[in-house]
Amino acid sequence: MASVHSKPATNGANPLVALKILVAGGFGVGKTTLVGSVSEIRPLHTEEALTGASQPVDNINGVEQKTTTTVAMDFGRITIRDGLCLYLFGTPGQDRFWFMWDELTQGALGAVVLADTRRLADCFPAVDYFEHRDIPFVVGVNCFEGSRRYQPDQVSSALDLDDGTPVVLFDARERDSGKQVLIRLVEHVSERYPQPEPVAAAQQPGGALPKRPLRQ
Amino acid sequence: MTDSTPQWYDDEAGPLVRLYAMTAGRARSVGETALDLMATIEASPMVPDNPMLSPEKLTLLRICQRQPQTVTDIASESNLPLGVVRVLLGDLIGAGYITVSRPIQPTQLPDSHILKEVLDGLRAL
Repeated sequence: MASVHSKPATNGANPLVALKILVAGGFGVGKTTLVGSVSEIRPLHTEEALTGASQPVDNINGVEQKTTTTVAMDFGRITIRDGLCLYLFGTPGQDRFWFMWDELTQGALGAVVLADTRRLADCFPAVDYFEHRDIPFVVGVNCFEGSRRYQPDQVSSALDLDDGTPVVLFDARERDSGKQVLIRLVEHVSERYPQPEPVAAAQQPGGALPKRPLRQ
Repeated sequence: MTDSTPQWYDDEAGPLVRLYAMTAGRARSVGETALDLMATIEASPMVPDNPMLSPEKLTLLRICQRQPQTVTDIASESNLPLGVVRVLLGDLIGAGYITVSRPIQPTQLPDSHILKEVLDGLRAL
C-alpha cells in the first residue's frame, strides 16, 4: 500500500524557505532597534559608488581616488524551524540609498514602516513607496518616551492609509512589542493572499463525512 | 630594537587587497541576473576543493559546504561586500562547485501553512 505521507526529505534536499521582511522609515526612528530586539542582528556589507550626495558625509581627504564606499546594512534572522527562516532588513534611512530599496523589495513578503509621531512626515516616502508597488505593509508607531500618544486611527487618517492597512503602536526596544508588529504583518499578508479552504479531507475516498454539530 | 615601521595603512584606507583584485576587475557576475539576496546556495557534493581557487572563493565554498545558505548569510559570514560575493559565487556556480535555487516569491507561496507556521513561530519566540 502506498504511503499517504510525504517522502521524508533526503539530506539537503529540503528546500530552504527564506522570507524577507523590510523595516523602513525615517532616519533614527528605531529600525535597527526593532531588528535587534526581535532577531539576532548581523552586518551585511555592500559597496556603493560615492556620489555627490555623500560628499558631506564621507570624508575622502587623502583617499581622493576612492570611488566606492562600504556601507554596512543590518539584517536579522529569525529561524522558525529548520529550513524556514524570516529575514528582516532595515532599509537604509538616508535618501542617498533609495536605489537599494528596489533590490530589497524584490520578492519581499511585506514591510514594516516605522513612524515617530513627532516627525510623522519622515515616513511618508516609505508609505508611498510600498503603496505604489502594492507591497503589503503595516505601520508601526514607535512610542518614544515623551511623545504625545495618538490613536491608531488618527495615525491611519493622517497617513491616508488604505482601509485594512494596520497601524500598531509599539516600543521597538521591547522584544514582545516588536514581535506583535511582525505578527500583525504576517496576518495582514495572509489576509491578502487568501488560500482556498482545505478540501482534501472531504474529497478523500473513504474519508469520514463531516458531522453536523449538536444543537445546544 | 623597536619596530619603527610606520603604520602606513589602517581601516580607513580600506582593505589591503582591493575589492577589484578579488573579482579580477569585474563588478558584475557572469550570469545574466544578479543573485537574489534570498537565493539559496548549496555546495555540490563530491566536488573536491581546488587549491587553485582564490582564498576568497575557498572561504565562500567552505561556508556553503556546511549547509545550504542564503546569499545574505554567506555575505555576512564571509565579511566580504555583497557585490564581491555575488561575482565570486557566480564563478563558483559556473565551475560547478555550488548550485543555486531561486527564492520562493511570496505570491507563489507553496501553501498557507507556511504563513501559519511563521505566525506560530513568531508567537512562540
